[in-house]
Amino acid sequence: MSVGLAATAALLFGIGTYLMMQRQLSRLIIGIGLMGNGANLVILQGIGRRGTPAFIGDSPSSAMSDPLPQALILTAIVISFGAIAFLLALAFRSWSLTGADEVEDDVEDRLVSRRGGTSEDVEDAEALDHSDELGSTPTPRQPSGNGPTS
Amino acid sequence: MNSLLLSLPVAGPIVAAGASVVMARSRPAQRWISLITLSGLLGLGIALLIAADRDGRVVTQAGGWPAPLGITLMVDRFSAAMLTVSALMLLTVLIYGIGEKGAERSPAFHPTYLLLAAGVAMSLVAGDLFNLFVAFEVMLSSSYLLLTLGGGAEQIRRGTTYVVISLLASTLFLTTLGLLYAATGTVNMADLALKLNQLPSGTAEAFRVLLFATFGIKAALFPLFFWLPDSYPTAPSPITAVFAGLLTKVGVYAIIRTQTLLRPGESKVDTIILVIAALTMVIGVLGAIAQDDMKRILSFHIVSQVGYMVMGLGFFTVAGLTGAVLYCLNQVVLKTTLLLTAGSVEYLEGTGRLSAIGGLMRRSPVIATCFALSAASLAGIPPLSGFVAKFSLIQAGFDGGFWWVTGISVAVSGLTLFSMTKIWGGAFWGRPAATHRALRPTEPLPRLMGAPMVVLVTAMLATTVFAGPIVGFAHRAATDLLDRDAYVHDVLDADPAGRADNVGSEQ
Repeated sequence: MSVGLAATAALLFGIGTYLMMQRQLSRLIIGIGLMGNGANLVILQGIGRRGTPAFIGDSPSSAMSDPLPQALILTAIVISFGAIAFLLALAFRSWSLTGADEVEDDVEDRLVSRRGGTSEDVEDAEALDHSDELGSTPTPRQPSGNGPTS
Repeated sequence: MNSLLLSLPVAGPIVAAGASVVMARSRPAQRWISLITLSGLLGLGIALLIAADRDGRVVTQAGGWPAPLGITLMVDRFSAAMLTVSALMLLTVLIYGIGEKGAERSPAFHPTYLLLAAGVAMSLVAGDLFNLFVAFEVMLSSSYLLLTLGGGAEQIRRGTTYVVISLLASTLFLTTLGLLYAATGTVNMADLALKLNQLPSGTAEAFRVLLFATFGIKAALFPLFFWLPDSYPTAPSPITAVFAGLLTKVGVYAIIRTQTLLRPGESKVDTIILVIAALTMVIGVLGAIAQDDMKRILSFHIVSQVGYMVMGLGFFTVAGLTGAVLYCLNQVVLKTTLLLTAGSVEYLEGTGRLSAIGGLMRRSPVIATCFALSAASLAGIPPLSGFVAKFSLIQAGFDGGFWWVTGISVAVSGLTLFSMTKIWGGAFWGRPAATHRALRPTEPLPRLMGAPMVVLVTAMLATTVFAGPIVGFAHRAATDLLDRDAYVHDVLDADPAGRADNVGSEQ
């Protein structure tokens, strides 16, 4: 058990949580990555005492450190690697479609909250809905200069 | 024999997914691979169900290592029933997808769909928490892909929310695992059930709450449900149906499994579970009432219905868990059917918006009948299967003296009925709105889309007819779930070498 390791894990979780609150997708992804690493450090703590590397033949098994958490971390790293790669691909796709690096609001929610007013409001909402359906085809919603053409 | 029976539901779909990738150029080959694999999965599910109901838990230690160290695969009555129902549902939805000629046309669909099946099967047979974590990841990774298949702007936007929230849940799960291992030195669920008793009660309860929160995100419990109605409806219809029917229920399964095994006795956590269940029911159904789109209404109902299952768990009595088991199995079928009808409406009309459509009863009696029966069952109208499940839950609640939460559940039931009649009135009765032009005005619904819905509704009606034996089965399953000692004994003593004496000393 090392205080340094625990403090690092806590720091990673803290920064990760802060980044998760941001609207930019890129920061969000970095935040998730940091939190994943924090979780891995927490598992590493589970080893308990220090020991020699767990290779059979190198040292007596009583002196070895617990290999199981290391195996768990290895699995977790592989999984989070894949997930983050996928998330990056999503972020890139989102950027090339809309030219924005932001997590957007739920359109349908806005639609529902607009209803319940006058009939004009409802028509408004219908119009908004229609524009969304158009937007869901893979054409850029707001053409922008910095997004690459896909 | 056991090891084959338990590993095939996981290994089979994974191997088939690989074959499906190889055959990516031939759509018929991919279809046959998927159909055969999922039929096989259904067969295995039934075989396991029979074995588990006859002889009790089916346990094996994969790789031959003894229990606390090795990978335990375990199926009891509840998980075998879940596996069977899930396989039936995956198979019917696949046929629906083939008929719909939508997302299924993508070469990535079949391999991903099979991996999803493998992930679900693995979650259901997992006997240790780390294996459960990996199973969830397999399931979720395929669901990320299925949700964003097609890659339109709207799908990407909602898919991002879904992926981020799922990854957050996974991180929480992983952290909990790390802490659990540090505290007990094991991740095997049977071993944990023993060792958590030796911890200070505050620590043990903290672990219960952590696990409840982790799986609560996947099961979409209040207040962690917001991602679900946002992300599910945008996916292609068959995929929404699979997610609605399966993913949250696997989350509920994990909650039931861990909470029954790791519960040391009466504790404050039980009350927390009941309060969360009540809030989930109420908020879910109120959210549904405000919506106008069929798929979104139904998505909010997923949330609301999960509340019922968790309420049944929260009683921690055999009667309550009987209700929860019945409810869970029933919901897989019902929610899938309802989302498939919503998908069919969208297929014919081009939209599921209630203000834009109408008069579908005359256009497509098949969709209307399937919807009416499933919706009535969901609301709990006697004598349909939903009523049987709801009745056992409510009876258990009143018998156990949980008046407030049971009363809430009855009221929510009424609101569910209201919300279903709203869909019925909006989509099936009346005339089509004058401004809306149907996507396929004269074309009938393809047979391959109608048949799966009919099969699922028939399954629902069959459970209504055979309600007696099924309630008896659920009762046995619930007794199993509450019998922690038998679970621990079955899993830790399962290996023939008799290494049970390791249990205490393994650290």
